[in-house]
Amino acid sequence: MSPQDPSLWIILGIIGLLTFAIRLSFIEWLGAKKIPAVFTHTLRFVPLAVLTAIIFPEIFMRNGEMAVNLANTRMIAGIVAGLVALRSKNVLLTIAVGMGMFWILQVVTHAAN
Amino acid sequence: MRGWRDELPILLGVLPFGVIYGALAIKAGLPPLMAQLMSCIVFAGSAQIIQTRLVAAGAPGLIMIVTGFVVNLRHALYSASVAPHVRHLSRPWKWLLAYLLTDEAYAVVITRYTSSERVPSPDFRHWYYFGAGMALWTTWQLSTAAGVFLGAQIPESWGLDFALPITFIAIVVPSLKDRAGMAAALVGGLVALAAFGLPLKLGLIVAAIFGILAGMIVSARRR
Repeated sequence: MSPQDPSLWIILGIIGLLTFAIRLSFIEWLGAKKIPAVFTHTLRFVPLAVLTAIIFPEIFMRNGEMAVNLANTRMIAGIVAGLVALRSKNVLLTIAVGMGMFWILQVVTHAAN
Repeated sequence: MRGWRDELPILLGVLPFGVIYGALAIKAGLPPLMAQLMSCIVFAGSAQIIQTRLVAAGAPGLIMIVTGFVVNLRHALYSASVAPHVRHLSRPWKWLLAYLLTDEAYAVVITRYTSSERVPSPDFRHWYYFGAGMALWTTWQLSTAAGVFLGAQIPESWGLDFALPITFIAIVVPSLKDRAGMAAALVGGLVALAAFGLPLKLGLIVAAIFGILAGMIVSARRR
């Protein structure tokens, strides 16, 4: 799907409707029903699996190839951000340190070349 | 109308996500109007940020829809959890509150509804929810607008796209609380690397399924 394609509006509309339907599900239609425990347990893993599945290729790959080496500034900044998040649990600090580290490394590697 | 006041600390945290989303949407090539309206139509941060990446990669519409559905499925939990508190309301109220049911609104509302001493009387409960939800909605729209504006100004060399994995690291890492969760994240990430070459950007969904299965297997073993 190209960003300029008008049918993107339809896709976004469908995503919006589905999201609304999910949010409305128990409030409007399934109010009396209990959610099965399996479902509750499983849903907890969804954001963890999806978000990490986005993070890993972004930081461990470059141009579609594995790039686990010290020249990969995204990987190093990503790992540092992960450590900051682990210690501080602070979202803003993690973003600030991660982006800051990335910019510093970019400048340093440019200067070295 | 205390809802919006209790939501204030969370709004500060939401602000950067909105700006990052808006900027990434512009960088992905979305027209500004579409970037802004997606914040009204979908109104779900992570899902919107992921969509910008799928658009940039030229993923087919069906993949975008399935991914959006899976990522937002967790809202069904919130829906079930608030349902008893809104059962007495009229349909327009229920629909309005369902639209406003995001992670952040849910967190504040359910804390209030389930705390023993501060439960608002049933006549005012929905106003509390509405206040919290609208505060969040307004913040999300304004921060999106700021991001859409900034996205057009920031040069390519700044590597703004890197804000996406960094933002997600900031969300995921603090919520890794047990082995099952860690297994879900780790397997999801590794499968995403292995499946990166799959056509149609299918790798993300495949990785998510494997990650969720890994989490289920680990939690089943420990019970």
